[in-house]
Amino acid sequence: MNLTLKIWRQKNASDKGKMVDYKISDISEHMSFLEMMDVLNEQIINLGDEPVAFDHDCREGICGMCSMYINGEAHGPDRGVTTCQLHMRSFKDGDTITIEPFRAAAFPVIKDLVVDRSSFERIQQSGGYISVNTSGNTQDANAIPISKEAADKAMDAATCIGCGACVATCKNSSAMLFVGAKVSQYALLPQGQVEATDRVLNMVAQMDAEGFGNCTNTGACEVECPKGISLENIARMNTEFLKASLKG
Amino acid sequence: MALDSKVPKGPLKDKWTDYKNHIDLVNPANKRNIDVIVVGTGLAGGSAAATLAELGYNVKAFAYQDSPRRAHSIAAQGGINAAKNYQGDGDSFYRLFYDTVKGGDYRSREANVYRLAQVSANIIDQCVAQGVPFARDYGGLLDNRSFGGVLVSRTFYAKGQTGQQLLLGAYSAMNRQIARGKIEMFNRHEMLDVVKVDGKARGIIARNLVTGELERHSAHAVVIASGGYGNVYFLSTNAMGSNATAAWKIHKKGAYFANPCYTQIHPTCIPRSGDYQSKLTLMSESLRNDGRIWVPKSIDDVKAIREGRKKPTDLSEDERDYYLERRYPAFGNLVPRDVASRAAKERCDAGYGVNATGEAVYLDFASAIKRYGTEQAKIQNISNPSEAKIYQLGQAIVEAKYGNLFQMYNKIVDEDPYRTPMMIYPAVHYTMGGVWVDYNLMTTVEGLYCLGEANFSDHGANRLGASALMQGLSDGYFVLPYTIGDYLSNDIRTGKISTETPEFAAAEKEVKERIDFFINNKGEHSVDYYHKKLGKIMWEKCGMSRNEQGLKEAMAEIKALREDFWKNVTVPGDANEMNPELEKAGRVADFLELGELFAKDALNRNESCGGHFREESVELDGLQKGEAKRNDEEYAYVSAWEYKGEPADAVLHKEELEFNDIELKQRSYK
Repeated sequence: MNLTLKIWRQKNASDKGKMVDYKISDISEHMSFLEMMDVLNEQIINLGDEPVAFDHDCREGICGMCSMYINGEAHGPDRGVTTCQLHMRSFKDGDTITIEPFRAAAFPVIKDLVVDRSSFERIQQSGGYISVNTSGNTQDANAIPISKEAADKAMDAATCIGCGACVATCKNSSAMLFVGAKVSQYALLPQGQVEATDRVLNMVAQMDAEGFGNCTNTGACEVECPKGISLENIARMNTEFLKASLKG
Repeated sequence: MALDSKVPKGPLKDKWTDYKNHIDLVNPANKRNIDVIVVGTGLAGGSAAATLAELGYNVKAFAYQDSPRRAHSIAAQGGINAAKNYQGDGDSFYRLFYDTVKGGDYRSREANVYRLAQVSANIIDQCVAQGVPFARDYGGLLDNRSFGGVLVSRTFYAKGQTGQQLLLGAYSAMNRQIARGKIEMFNRHEMLDVVKVDGKARGIIARNLVTGELERHSAHAVVIASGGYGNVYFLSTNAMGSNATAAWKIHKKGAYFANPCYTQIHPTCIPRSGDYQSKLTLMSESLRNDGRIWVPKSIDDVKAIREGRKKPTDLSEDERDYYLERRYPAFGNLVPRDVASRAAKERCDAGYGVNATGEAVYLDFASAIKRYGTEQAKIQNISNPSEAKIYQLGQAIVEAKYGNLFQMYNKIVDEDPYRTPMMIYPAVHYTMGGVWVDYNLMTTVEGLYCLGEANFSDHGANRLGASALMQGLSDGYFVLPYTIGDYLSNDIRTGKISTETPEFAAAEKEVKERIDFFINNKGEHSVDYYHKKLGKIMWEKCGMSRNEQGLKEAMAEIKALREDFWKNVTVPGDANEMNPELEKAGRVADFLELGELFAKDALNRNESCGGHFREESVELDGLQKGEAKRNDEEYAYVSAWEYKGEPADAVLHKEELEFNDIELKQRSYK
């Protein structure tokens, strides 16, 4: 198929940036979206220009690096996939495809389609852990049974890949789904109970400090999340936050 | 330099305990004055960085991605082994040790593997304490599954995302230390050289991948945990950025590189579809618990399927060749990876491949869906269930076990694996070879350590499934924190290492000159052009089967390609900015050297062992006819290569492998 691509080009963080048009031809429907980008970049390099910078790594939907906003949707038109899992069969010959970076005040652009998501790192550092040292003398893994239901729900929350699609898609640039997933994972497990109060208060405080917006229950994040993280996690975080606030 | 493995004396089972009882320790006040650099933040590097920081050392950790959570350990699917014997099926430290040495075709170091088996149980305890949500049964206890090459169920898992959950566990432990200021995290940084002072590793030169700035970082010890070199093949299941640069740079500075030819070609990956392909995707080995591998018995059916006249589901049981079950009745579909891969290649080479390229076999879940469905119908008291009902019940169970893998397959191939068998083919996945280390995980350079996939020590010539996660976390959480202390106890009076020294200046200059060369060369071909060519040579001549002639050709062709690269490569953009092409150029330059050493090593090892199959060395008759033939008399050693300028000039040092607690046998899975 032959396509027109409208791609956000921005030399660095201080550059203003603009949309640039590219034509690309002979694209197979079996290609992944990023393989199409590889072909484009090879074409650009052969013309002596600078290729489009974009984040990507595992190309199997788990590392969370890739982060394109395609035709107005985080990770593009398909559901339950990251950009690297999107395939060209989702498009048709003659299409014009608009490609932008994930946009949010807390995700400044570094170059072209690459954004800085270190705000996510700082939120995790503010409480996204259980304080247990490595010793080799922790209690036996089966000492505390955990109901299958709780373990499965914790796992569902823990599958978040930290890509930021939830933020990019939210009209308020809220990170509640991302933070809610981590808070939920630990809230559902006995090991996470000990520090539950501090964790939720600290993580929410850091989230606010980074400039993420509030949740207004639109639910777009859940729709665009490549891992299907459910809104339930935001509700659970709100409950945990309320409990923690009452405890003081 | 003679190789000293530094394996402690004494009975195998007591070595590690005795060792820990007799090493020198560093007191907590002194640890505050000691710096350690960790390069790579996957399971090995991440767990090491967190644990060293917990102990009180000042850690500087480096990752080329924008977060430690993105290291490629995240993509490990199936599980992690541990000798917990929760299933009561006869597991023990010895059995895990035995399976690993046998699985590695008797080419690993006994003492390291036994230690690995011993600490494996601690890993599961540690991870559960960190909040890793492993799969559990209805009684609330941890569940297990089976992996290839073993007869017990010792694999712990978190759906098909075990690597993700374990890495997020290590990442959370790192975050706690980053928050305390004990780890200084350098994301989007790449190590481009190690700095040696008086023969000891004392720092690194790193490039800030956002600004392009070169930085000098000093420490009392340097730990490399940068993963494997599978991307030397261009196409592999590794991440796009996975590279051998850190490991190769230290090799050039004196660290011996061991067994580069030991590569794991994983049997169950999604077949390639075209020349534009950028990477290959693994389908977890855990699928072989329930999936059965087959090709049609008749070549006419193969043709009909390729031409679309028949569907795989049209073939009756009698018309299918479940070739693993046929050839290896004892282990069936759960033979080790090297055996399964070669068997797939054998069938496809004979013309039985089921897709257009002729390079695919089926992985079929129909019998598992039926078996689970029937079982569920009984549990739910459904009498005379219809076929459709059984199918529906069975599908739900398979979905619960492997749902994310089926979804991944569906997204890539656009076929529903619940309805039609998956198509799979072997692909490069893991490298057992790597930087040579002694029992302490120290390389041949003092103060320079190497962990995880980047080192060579535990998996011999073939790694068993679910053992990479075990080794990464064992090295990082439980081994290095002890062994490095013994070394650093001599450094308590050293004080801060200065970066304003001729050694740092010289290393930085060398790095800068290379970068400037790339930017200024303005040649004809892109970096990928060379990487793809290298990959083709590697796959065709150093792939699943190797011979003398092909390996000699590979060495010559890689050398010629490397010379052309240094004349004609082009790198757009500047050095002082984010420049992904420049990053790739440096990595491919190193692969172009490593590839040649790889072929040289494969040429030297004229035996078949594990993933290294030499056509000259096969069993000619008897029950094992056609199977790989090991040669213990001449090759029961580790090949450790010393860098001498050109890869072809590398000098071989041998570490003879001693087996005192295990009998060397023909590996049989019949």
